[in-house]
Amino acid sequence: MTATPNMDFVNDIIANGGESVNMCFQCGTCTASCPSGRQTSFRTRRLVRMAQLGMKDESLTSEDLWFCTTCYSCTERCPRDVAIVDIIVAMRNLAVASGNMFEGHKKVAQSLMKNGHTVPINDEVKKQRKALGLAEVPPTVLASKDAKKDFDKIMKATGFKKTIGE
Amino acid sequence: MAKAKYAFFLGCIAPLRYPGIEKSTRDVCAALGIDLVDFNDASCCPAPGVIRSFDRKTWIAAAARNLALAEKAGVNILTICNGCYGSLFDAAHELHEDPELLKEVNKILAEIGLEYKGGTTVRHFAEVIYNDVGMDKVKKAVKNPLDLKVATFYGCHFLKPSDIKALDDPENPSMLDKMVEATGASSMYRKDKMMCCGAGGGLRSEFSDYAMKFTEENLKNMKDGGAEVIVDICPFCHLQFDRGQQELKGYSMPVLHLSQLYALALGMDKKELGLDAHLTPVKL
Ligand code: SF4
Ligand code: SF4
Repeated sequence: MTATPNMDFVNDIIANGGESVNMCFQCGTCTASCPSGRQTSFRTRRLVRMAQLGMKDESLTSEDLWFCTTCYSCTERCPRDVAIVDIIVAMRNLAVASGNMFEGHKKVAQSLMKNGHTVPINDEVKKQRKALGLAEVPPTVLASKDAKKDFDKIMKATGFKKTIGE
Repeated sequence: MAKAKYAFFLGCIAPLRYPGIEKSTRDVCAALGIDLVDFNDASCCPAPGVIRSFDRKTWIAAAARNLALAEKAGVNILTICNGCYGSLFDAAHELHEDPELLKEVNKILAEIGLEYKGGTTVRHFAEVIYNDVGMDKVKKAVKNPLDLKVATFYGCHFLKPSDIKALDDPENPSMLDKMVEATGASSMYRKDKMMCCGAGGGLRSEFSDYAMKFTEENLKNMKDGGAEVIVDICPFCHLQFDRGQQELKGYSMPVLHLSQLYALALGMDKKELGLDAHLTPVKL
């Protein structure tokens, strides 16, 4: 794969919360601390370097970008105080905005819009709640049409639906 | 210190998949003198690993709505989930540190007649028990001392990022172990105790096989360390271990949220713990 350096990309990452990206001096402490790197092809240090080098297309379309669980082990240990999770989140935001989103993730996003929660309520849990003496429907946006309307307005104002390509 | 009132922030997984965690929290708080009120109209926190990864602006705006609702009601927030704690605590911190961001977010909140002034404190159930109730009081309240070998599971977003959370040593913490031992149970040593469960960051929702590898490594270390039950403080870690064991072979380790362990120790009826929602049978 040929790298296509795109320095605007670094600035985009910085503008999206990844201010510390240029502090990285490639020591590899992050990779060594990463539980995901033990199970997958994902290498934290490499991703940060790809960000520094402006490798936009290569990084935004890679599965590796989504193998981080946001566990913060790397961030805790980085000797340069690089906010690695913030950089990864910035890159993921850019990936989603450019139409790179996985189906499983889209489902979670759709559930949030539809229910105001990442998972829907169902009859079984209603029964379990009732048996425990809890309200069948928890007192959240699920129990109030007005609250859900307000929540929808927030979603509309941030343009979430469009962002996730709905 | 005046007795604080907390709005009980439910989140998603506890009320909608493990209602026993919600019930146990309500009972344990009542027994230990933590004053909970219902948090009406809240939404998902929203989840830091997925929603924040998709769109930071949506994440912080929806989190700010939750923070503003609590502020309007004049109460602070109590969560029982590391994801909710991570989102709401981190969002409150960012809004506190960045007045420009707060202004931007308030423009969005103005559309629903809300404003966030920055006054909501976000706390985790486990930390309130440890720091405010204290272990002496817990020990005195135990009616049913537990003889269990426990693998404590802190999860990630409770202690980290530690520069803003500042609750305990993120590499070698002891809070949860002490909380578990206050019930009479033993916290068992194991390798790689602080390893992530694998569910977060959207890994479970899209790359479940990889998430499961994290889970299996944790389970192996727990078993090797002699544990017979897992005690977590996050419904998402809880779900990953409880459901994950149904997919993996060779493991059947009951999973309890700290609230459920405490409900047991404080002498509440087992039926009140909502254990029928667990896929890995809880035989204690
Ligand atoms: S630990 Fe920090 S400085 Fe070292 S490679 Fe990772 S991000 Fe760069
Ligand atoms: S936060 Fe992500 S990149 Fe860092 S150690 Fe955890 S899984 Fe790896």
